[in-house]
Amino acid sequence: MTLFLVITAVVTLLAAVAAMSLRNLVHSALMLAVSFSGIAAIYLQLNAEFVGFTEILVYVGAIAILIVMAILLTRSGETPEHSVLTSGWLAGIAVTALLFTLLGWAVLSSSALPAAPAAPPRVTVRDIGLELMTQYVLPLEIVGLVLTVAMIGAVVIACKEAAPAPAVSPAAKTSRPPTPAGHPAAPVPAPAGAFKKAGAA
Amino acid sequence: MNPLQFCLLVSALLFSIGFAGAVTRRHAILVLVGIELMLNSANLNLIAFWRFGPHPEALTGFIFVLFSMALAAAEAAVGLALVIAIYRHKKTSNLDEVKELKG
Amino acid sequence: MIWIVKNLWLIPALPLFAAGIIAVNKQPRRKLAATLAIGSLAVGFLLSLCAFSATLGHTAGVVHEVFSFHWIKFGGEWMDLGWVLDPLTAIMLVMVTFVGMLIFIFSIGYMEHDRNFMRFFCFLALFASGMLGVVIANNLFLLFVSWEIVGLTSYLLIGFWYHRPSAAAAAKKAFITTRIGDLGLLLGMVWLYAQTGTLNFYDHGHGCLETDALTQMATDVTVGGMAVSTFIGLLIFLGAVGKSGQVPLHVWLPDAMEGPTPVSALIHAATMVAAGVFLVARVYPLMAAGAPVLAHGAPVTTALTVVTWVGAITAIFAATIAVAQNDIKRILAYSTVSQLGYMMIGLGVGGVAVGMFHLITHAFFKALLFLGSGSVIHGCHDEQDVRKMGGLRKFMPVTFVVYAIGMLALAGFPLFFSGFWSKDDILHHAHEWSVSQIPFYLGCAGALFTAFYMTRQVALVFFGQYRGHSADSHAEARLHGNPESAAHGAPHESPAVMTVPLILLAVFAILLGVIGTPAWPWFAGYMRGEATVLDWTKFGDTAALMVASSVIVLTGLALGWFLYGRRQRKTVGEKDVLEAAQPAVFKLLQNKYYIDELYEHTVIRFNAFAARACAFLDTWIFGGLVLLVSYAALGCSWLSRTLDEKFVNGGFDAGCESLRSTGGGLSRLHTGRVQTYLRIIGVALVLLIIFLIWGKA
Repeated sequence: MTLFLVITAVVTLLAAVAAMSLRNLVHSALMLAVSFSGIAAIYLQLNAEFVGFTEILVYVGAIAILIVMAILLTRSGETPEHSVLTSGWLAGIAVTALLFTLLGWAVLSSSALPAAPAAPPRVTVRDIGLELMTQYVLPLEIVGLVLTVAMIGAVVIACKEAAPAPAVSPAAKTSRPPTPAGHPAAPVPAPAGAFKKAGAA
Repeated sequence: MNPLQFCLLVSALLFSIGFAGAVTRRHAILVLVGIELMLNSANLNLIAFWRFGPHPEALTGFIFVLFSMALAAAEAAVGLALVIAIYRHKKTSNLDEVKELKG
Repeated sequence: MIWIVKNLWLIPALPLFAAGIIAVNKQPRRKLAATLAIGSLAVGFLLSLCAFSATLGHTAGVVHEVFSFHWIKFGGEWMDLGWVLDPLTAIMLVMVTFVGMLIFIFSIGYMEHDRNFMRFFCFLALFASGMLGVVIANNLFLLFVSWEIVGLTSYLLIGFWYHRPSAAAAAKKAFITTRIGDLGLLLGMVWLYAQTGTLNFYDHGHGCLETDALTQMATDVTVGGMAVSTFIGLLIFLGAVGKSGQVPLHVWLPDAMEGPTPVSALIHAATMVAAGVFLVARVYPLMAAGAPVLAHGAPVTTALTVVTWVGAITAIFAATIAVAQNDIKRILAYSTVSQLGYMMIGLGVGGVAVGMFHLITHAFFKALLFLGSGSVIHGCHDEQDVRKMGGLRKFMPVTFVVYAIGMLALAGFPLFFSGFWSKDDILHHAHEWSVSQIPFYLGCAGALFTAFYMTRQVALVFFGQYRGHSADSHAEARLHGNPESAAHGAPHESPAVMTVPLILLAVFAILLGVIGTPAWPWFAGYMRGEATVLDWTKFGDTAALMVASSVIVLTGLALGWFLYGRRQRKTVGEKDVLEAAQPAVFKLLQNKYYIDELYEHTVIRFNAFAARACAFLDTWIFGGLVLLVSYAALGCSWLSRTLDEKFVNGGFDAGCESLRSTGGGLSRLHTGRVQTYLRIIGVALVLLIIFLIWGKA
């Protein structure tokens, strides 16, 4: 537990707080990037160099940029004048407090945590590649599939729809988002990944 | 406090911050931002346990985190696509106004 | 058991069958009806002669031959019914069947023009069966049933011409007045049963008129210090008062003349009204129970004293009224009431034999007189007012002769006529009565009046000049349903079918006297079960009385002849001789001492008030209770419905409503807002972790 680790952690947390509380969305996204970088630094200090670099590549390089793109595409670049908090935000804060209290207490009072840190492991990319290709080859393939599906799905969802056909069945009146032309019966990929992931955390 | 506990606490705090943002902010994209933070905190948790756990040479936590990152990316892509689609349909990205599922 | 006693029931049963067969015939079959009715009575007469001969020859006291059969079981005991054959029964059977037969034959001629011939004979036969049932009954219950049949047929026959309001009213009056008397009879019957445990008169020592029961009843004392036997006897006598028209229940008998004349003859002269006297004779042992033994004469008890006084008052009362009447039948009706009073005196002072002798002789000459008046009415084309008759002996000689015989018998003309001997018997015993001589004097006064008014009647009807004209009397013509009968001119003699019975009755009216003379008191001996010998010296004992009564009768005859026979009425509207002399008294007598009006203003009014009160009670209180119950039922049903609607249905509805509102409330959780869901997920997560941590612990 070096000082550097502590400082990095603090920076990360502050950036996270800023990301969640700034009014301007673009600022918020940039702060998110800073937070991600901080986490990458923490990874580097924990001898998980590959994960750290992967973090910067994926999160900072892709996801943060993606978020900025989305902000710009939904015309939310300007600072809003009205309140940025949703109705019932106090209940949310309460739940959060409760959650943190529980987690913190669990961590601090647990007796199952190993006490003595082991020697730092030496991880080479070669080892990672070997593991991936032998033991974890199935998840690897599946992840590939998932990524493919996600990509296609994202494209389908975000595609601009054509003019709606007049003889389409009244089922189009349901509250589903309008399907693009050419795929009238294609079901919208139901699991909005964000919600599902939040529930499974 | 040993390093493991510290890392776990940081992860917990990061998770709470992300959760607070997800349930408090009005803009849909900021909810996704919060979710990304929560995912990151989980990854951090995993790496901390891999580093200070009994068998770091098995690379279990490591590989887990790799996959988690991949999936997080996929999920962020799809989620943002959804936000754009909703924005196009309802001309707003305010989550308070998206309540067609109200029962 | 000799066969006649076992088959005594045939005598009332045959007329009953005849009545039944006549009743079911819808088509008028007059010959059949008349043949059945007369035939049944003729056979009954022959059987009665058999029964009579079976009772002759007993010299050791009265023998009661009894036949009983089990009828119904009360608890553990059988109630027996049956009939008895003794001198009383036998003599009554012979009289009723013979006189009834003659009257039935007379009716063929009298009712020839009537449309309802069949109905008449049906009722007559029914009456005959009831009367004969009364006579043979050994059980007071059976007697009561037959008594009621007799009362019913009397009502039916009085109101035979029912479309006449006066006839219908008279029938009702007769029935109700006799009913009041019957109440006493019923009470007496019930008490007798309670006291002795049996209603059989003679039952080999166990009957209620036999010694054991009588001594017990004579010694038990009840209300007012009277012996039980006295009280029961008086109650039963009340029934006789109603049926025999004694004062104060005499009011129905004169009105009963609304019925056809054969009815008046049979029922209200010879038989039915005699049933009351017969009843007293039948229960005489009960009334005489407990009497101190006298040297001579009849026993004296309270009950018999009451009987005597009632009879005496009735005798003089009715005789005075008869003096002032103008309807031929009404004179005879009041005469009947008066003679019934004499019979009661006879029973009270002299015993069964004395009263019954007068009953038998009276039956014959009163039936004769009534039938004769029927012949007169028929010949005068249904005229009944004596002021409109006169000089009929020229037109109807046979009727005149027989009527005169009957009148002399009734008046008691000495020596040749039966009425003299029977009335003398009564007066003789009244003279010897130890309690009081007043009944004797009243009887003598009554004899005077009887002779007087009968002479008056005969003089007005048969002597002088004919005062009526044929155009007056359409009344009874229409009653008969045949208006052509008024078309004849002068009065005419009746056909043979009507005069032959009259002649037969007249013969007996004379001959019957023979069996009751003091020299040869066969009748009294027969009734008492003693032997009688012909003894001319007995005339000496009663000579003084015989002379005295002869003088009274001849005085009455002379007075009547003097006032009415010598100076004849010329016109219809002329005032009666007595009326001219004493208008106030005459008016009082003519209006029957205003007894009917008295009853109208007291009893009838009270009855109407009581009926109104009962109607009120029924409508408001009993009806009100029923209404209350119905309202209670309605209320219960309303309550049930309300409970069902409000509580059961409402409960279900409320339950469903609460489920719905809960669902509605719960559905508000689905806000459709993502962040709400996230918060709830957060809470759930916390709870899950807590559960995992502590659940495992």
